[in-house]
Amino acid sequence: MQDYQMMVKAYEEAGGTPDVFKDPKTAHLVVNQNKVLGSQSTDGLTVTAREKERGIDVDLRVDEGTKVANPVHLCFGVLPKEGRQEIKLNALIREGAEIRILAHCVFPNAIKVQHIMDALYTLEDSAALTYEEVHYHGLTGGVEVIPQARIRVGKDARIMTNFLLVKGRVGTLDIDYQAEADENGTIEMVARINGYGEDKIRIKESGQLTGRGARGLIKSRIAVRERAESEVISELGASAPNARGHVDCVEVVQGEATAKAVPLVSVLHAHAQVTHEAAIGRVNQKELETLMSRGLKEEEAVELIIGGMLK
Amino acid sequence: MLKIENLNIQKDNKVILREIDFEVNPKEIYGILGPNGAGKSSLAYAIMGCNGYRPNEGRIVFDGKEINNLPIWERARLGITLAWQQEARFEGITVEDYLLLGMKKKDRAEVEGALQNVVLDPKEYLKRKVDKTLSGGERKRIELAAIFTMRPRLAILDEPDSGIDMLALDRIIEFVRDLRDRGTTVVLITHRADVARIAKRAALIGEGYLVKQGPCQEVVEYFETRCLVCPQFK
Repeated sequence: MQDYQMMVKAYEEAGGTPDVFKDPKTAHLVVNQNKVLGSQSTDGLTVTAREKERGIDVDLRVDEGTKVANPVHLCFGVLPKEGRQEIKLNALIREGAEIRILAHCVFPNAIKVQHIMDALYTLEDSAALTYEEVHYHGLTGGVEVIPQARIRVGKDARIMTNFLLVKGRVGTLDIDYQAEADENGTIEMVARINGYGEDKIRIKESGQLTGRGARGLIKSRIAVRERAESEVISELGASAPNARGHVDCVEVVQGEATAKAVPLVSVLHAHAQVTHEAAIGRVNQKELETLMSRGLKEEEAVELIIGGMLK
Repeated sequence: MLKIENLNIQKDNKVILREIDFEVNPKEIYGILGPNGAGKSSLAYAIMGCNGYRPNEGRIVFDGKEINNLPIWERARLGITLAWQQEARFEGITVEDYLLLGMKKKDRAEVEGALQNVVLDPKEYLKRKVDKTLSGGERKRIELAAIFTMRPRLAILDEPDSGIDMLALDRIIEFVRDLRDRGTTVVLITHRADVARIAKRAALIGEGYLVKQGPCQEVVEYFETRCLVCPQFK
């Protein structure tokens, strides 16, 4: 089977819909390890990928005022058991443009795979970006994933990132996202991760609300079981009038797993506000007993609660 | 159907229920009255088998079988359930899925009917999540609808009137009667005399003791004249 077909198959197994790669109205990019297997741009949206010695450089540009109708599909994967993938992504969303990106990162056969993403997102005034990232790392835990992103959100612009890794093993995950929002800009960063075995999860998400009326939400939902470890550092600062932010972290711990949550909230203006809530520990007893009072066994109730939390 | 015999419960080295004895007949609405903090919810948790509410002494008997040592889910599978006073919230679980949970035969039409029964529009609520976005009153009604779809043999309703506005109160009382008419035995816990009046018989609990039991009218009168007049019970 050709690499392209194998990647598309892996993409489908990870929850993607492969028909999108045949649709001329849907922009896409398919990368196996450090080789570009396919890409397509659409009106007002340019996707350029260049193979470099150390990896792939991707430029994604959306022209001013362009509302991209169909989500852009990005598929990054490493098919062999061993390998390294390094992606440098530069996304520029021009003024008033809107785009939704669905990224699938698939490493189905990984025994020793490293995936590094270094992204820069620039949202000009009134631009909007939704970035949904679904990962599938296989069942061995042999993947190391290091996604980094720097995000600049202009006036009245909004970004929503949604990182999802709930099927298969995590391996080692080290997320580092930093965002800054200008006047009335909105940052929303959500991560849902399910770890078990010897998985190691580290998330550092930071938002700085520097513009008047800026909004920010950092939300994490993590389940760790067996001997998995997680550490979530959520940093949210507000330094302008009427800037508002909220940090919301829930980590469910089972077995010998361990979890840490570090909310770092700061307010540097008298008319700004940041709130935070965190719950770390076993599954909430009341939720558990409520479901058990409907006839679910304890383990069934736990699965339902964690499944709902990660949905 | 349900028999409570000399029930004593200790929690955190404190006795919270002492020498409780009463019996509930099949298809009856049985009221449990008492002021706040009397031990009514503790009794509900004990019957349901919640963690920390196992009897130190006495027996909980359902259909002639002692259930003291059964876990919650086994009691639920015998047909016992509890509508919680402070309902849990669940991220990612829809109202529809929540109402289907306890149903033996999954029937979407019945789910819609149950929502209508508690005056919630199925079109608006079926796909909503049972999470923090629901108001207290909405969550309360969904809890009652979940009891309705489960068709339990014994439903313990812990203050179904709390958080419900006066206009909706009549509907909730009607709901309890509907539940009974469908064959469910109801243990109705309340501190409101007007709500308790729909019960045939009742027990009054105060400070963990069974103060009085008998025909509902007598217990309610006792409650109104001896308990509600005391400032500490208000």
